[in-house]
Amino acid sequence: MSIEWYLVVSALIFSIGAAGVLTRRNPLVILLCLELMLNAANIALIAFARMWGNSDGQIFAIIVMVVAACEVCIGLGLVVALYRRRLPIDVDEIRELHG
Amino acid sequence: MAEVFFFIAGIGAVCGAVGVVMVRNPFYSVLALVFHLLSLAALFLLLQAQFVAAAQVVVYAGAVMVLYVFVVAYVGGSAPGTLRAPVGRGQRATAVLFGLALFVELAIAVLGSGLKALDGDGPTVGASFGSPDHIGELLLTKFLLPFEVASFLLLIAAVGAVVLARRRGGIGEDDPDRVAVMDFRLPPGIGTMAEAVGGQSSREPLELGPGGGEPTRTGGKEGGW
Repeated sequence: MSIEWYLVVSALIFSIGAAGVLTRRNPLVILLCLELMLNAANIALIAFARMWGNSDGQIFAIIVMVVAACEVCIGLGLVVALYRRRLPIDVDEIRELHG
Repeated sequence: MAEVFFFIAGIGAVCGAVGVVMVRNPFYSVLALVFHLLSLAALFLLLQAQFVAAAQVVVYAGAVMVLYVFVVAYVGGSAPGTLRAPVGRGQRATAVLFGLALFVELAIAVLGSGLKALDGDGPTVGASFGSPDHIGELLLTKFLLPFEVASFLLLIAAVGAVVLARRRGGIGEDDPDRVAVMDFRLPPGIGTMAEAVGGQSSREPLELGPGGGEPTRTGGKEGGW
C-alpha cells in the first residue's frame, strides 16, 4: 500500500477525535477522544518512518504512547477526585478556572 | 494481499473511532476504543513496526484500557451528567463541520504534498527494521535522554495520580457525614462498584417505595452522558 493511504486514515481518525472532543461532555469520553487524536499522530509517525526507511519515527511513536499513558493517569485521577467530592462529572459544570 | 489487510484494518480503525464518539454509554466507548487500538496494531504491523504493534496491544489495549474500564465502572454508577440533556444540535453540527473541514484540509495537505516518496511503498528494509533489538538499541544509544525523561515523566504521573485520587485530607474536605444531593438519586445497596470501592456505609438505608418491597429508583436514564 502506498504511504498516502496511511496518512489519509490518520487524518480521518484525527478529525473524528477532534469532533468528539467538541461534541461530548463527559471527561472520560473526552479523554478517549484525545487518545484517538494521539493514535492518529502515531500512525502518521510510523508511516513516515516506513517512508524514509528509518526507525527514528517509531521511537517517537513510543514516546507519544508514554505521554498518552501519563495523560490518562492524571486525567482519570482528576475524574476520581471529582467523583469523591460529589462534583458533577461534566466539563460544562467544572468552570471555576473558567476566567 | 497487503491491500486487503490494510482495508480491513483501516475500516476497523475508523469504525472504532466513530464508535468511541457516537456511543452514548462510556463503557461501550471504551470497548470501541479497544477495537480501534487492535486495528491500529494491525496497521502498524503492515508498516513493519513489530515492536510498536506489540507495545500497542500490551500497553494500550491491555493496561491503559483496563484502567479506563475500572474508572468507568467506579464513576458510572451514579451519573450526574444525566441531569442535563446532551449537547445541543447546534454544537453537534458545528463539531461535525469542524471535523469535516479539518479532514479536507489534512487530505489536501497530504495529497498535495511535494514528497515524491509518499506515492510509493517506501524503500525495501531488512527484517531488523522495527524489531525489538533495533528499537532497544536506538532507545539506549541515540535516544537515551528522551528515554530517561519519559521514565521520569511516568514517575511524576504516577505520583500525581496518587495525590489527586487519594481518599481524604490535603485536597479538600471529604467529610463522610456530609449529605449531598446525589446521595438521594441512587438508592444504596444496589451493588455498584462505587459502594464496593468507596465503602460509603454512611448513606441512608434503603428507602422503600410505594409498592412495598421494591426500593425506589429515582435515577435518570442510564448512560445519557
